Amino acid sequence: MSDKQEHQKPNRREFIQKGMRLTLGASLAGVAGFAALKVSADDYVWQLDPFKCVYCGRCADYCVVTPSAVKCVHAYDLCGYCDLCGGYLKPDANARSTAAENQLCPTAAIKRKFVEDPYFEYEIDEELCFGCAKCVEGCTSFGNGSLHLQVRHDLCVNCNECSIARVCPADAFERVPASNPYKIKGDFSQGTASSNPA
Amino acid sequence: MNRISKILFTLTALLLSLPAWAQQRFPKPEFETGYLQPITLQAAPRALFLEYLDVFMLIATLAIATWFVVKKRSRRGVMWTSVFALLYFGFFREGCICAIGSIQNITLALFDPAYVLPFTALAFFVIPLVVTLFYGRTFCAGVCPLGAIQDLVAFRPIEIPKWLQKVLGMIPYLYLALAVLYAATKSEFLICRYDPFVGLFRFDAEFQMLLLGGLFLLVGIFVARPYCRFFCPYGVLLGWMSAFSTKHMKITPSNCIQCKLCANSCPFGAIDEPVEEQGSRRSNVQRLMTYLIFIPLWIGIGGLAGSMLHVPLAKFNKTVYLAEQLVAHPELKQDTEHIDARAFMQSGKSMDQLVTEAKEIRSQFYWGGWILGGFMGLVVGLTLLKLASHRTRNDYEPDKTNCLSCGRCMDYCPVKK
Repeated sequence: MSDKQEHQKPNRREFIQKGMRLTLGASLAGVAGFAALKVSADDYVWQLDPFKCVYCGRCADYCVVTPSAVKCVHAYDLCGYCDLCGGYLKPDANARSTAAENQLCPTAAIKRKFVEDPYFEYEIDEELCFGCAKCVEGCTSFGNGSLHLQVRHDLCVNCNECSIARVCPADAFERVPASNPYKIKGDFSQGTASSNPA
Repeated sequence: MNRISKILFTLTALLLSLPAWAQQRFPKPEFETGYLQPITLQAAPRALFLEYLDVFMLIATLAIATWFVVKKRSRRGVMWTSVFALLYFGFFREGCICAIGSIQNITLALFDPAYVLPFTALAFFVIPLVVTLFYGRTFCAGVCPLGAIQDLVAFRPIEIPKWLQKVLGMIPYLYLALAVLYAATKSEFLICRYDPFVGLFRFDAEFQMLLLGGLFLLVGIFVARPYCRFFCPYGVLLGWMSAFSTKHMKITPSNCIQCKLCANSCPFGAIDEPVEEQGSRRSNVQRLMTYLIFIPLWIGIGGLAGSMLHVPLAKFNKTVYLAEQLVAHPELKQDTEHIDARAFMQSGKSMDQLVTEAKEIRSQFYWGGWILGGFMGLVVGLTLLKLASHRTRNDYEPDKTNCLSCGRCMDYCPVKK
């Protein structure tokens, strides 16, 4: 950057230009080379670890897309098909029914279907779900924790830094390889510890 | 009373953390009616080859823009290339991935051992810099969607006084240094958080983000490309490369006739006028030497100031902020409404662990503050040095560091052959 050589012959200035160009090229190559040591051909996407999640409800508020790209998913492998479902019914529900005043979900996104006595299936309508995690809290506190949040990759725009990850109090968000982008809870009784491969 | 609430809280925390032990309280029933369990849907993310297509598009648009600027000397060509880039990288790809943000991915790759760098991020960082080292900032002119959207609204550019340009021109260096500091300490991606146009590209954003974008576009009517010139941190790196580029675009294809049309046409004030050197050579060299000697002093002052600011700078780190809050207000630990405090209590980490962690991050900010401040000192010193030197210039020439290669001057130049 020094301009001392302003009155010297032009080839001297050219020499400095060339030197600076080489220095810049070399430092760029150095930085890129060091970074390339960590490079992966795969792409990376954001996902949340359901075992770290504390269902604070920020996923509903902080996503850059509205409604949030984080939705509740149902890991059926883990579900107990309870009649008294902690994720579906309010703790102070009057009756175990589909009446609106008994439902925990603010948008009625959970569909309760009778399977056989005394079991019920719970299905998430993702069109209605906005990731508030109220059902997740209920299911995890009183049930098996089969209802949990996941980033839906057909909705997620994959920001360079996820704006939910920035505020997640449990640091549950992480970058995962795009080839294995979900962390769905598995069946504990089968001995699979965390997510299934899918 | 306090003890009871503590016990109660611990019990609740234990109850809430039960799932972490991964037990199935209610075993799955064995159905007798032949009920088929539905499958949990897992929609796939964007296909990998599309990410590679983005890299290909980057190379292609960059090549076309460079060809238009350097070889064809066509302003119209560059402009339409930039419109295409705005549509593709901006509105179709919704502003992510971009070369500006990739600075942080590279920084994180250098500082965080656990981080894996996607190839696309590396490509978006390196390719524009390499091209700029040869042909000048054609990336800014034809490829960057943030530049393109501002270029299209620059209807009534006013001339900004040189001194103001110089002062505002230091903001990008500070922004770059801060972005690197926050990425290196794994705090956050500052550039992405305050990207003014990504909300417009997505047609969906928080109010503040849209406000910021709208403000930049509004100001951009009168001050051409305000983000590019006075904020863009990637522009700093491109400027370094461009300053020493070999085949940077020329205003005239042959001999300048000193008509000054180009200088009037440049909305960015990036054309240097012809100057004669004043004063004796001896006094000029002496003046430059004085400025040179002052540079270490600038670096020292900057470093000291930066290191003194490390406490407020570190506040933007989540862990440090939580630790500070909990140390100052221990009662927050019992506050179930305070989400971060509650999550911390549930995590089972001890206060000591949190404080040690926060102290470590703060010390990173202390050394980072020295480097950041020193860098800013160097920038101030070199800017002053450059201002003090008057190199004789016979013709109107593009200021290679700040020239965005948009090609307006070539369009206005009456010398066509």
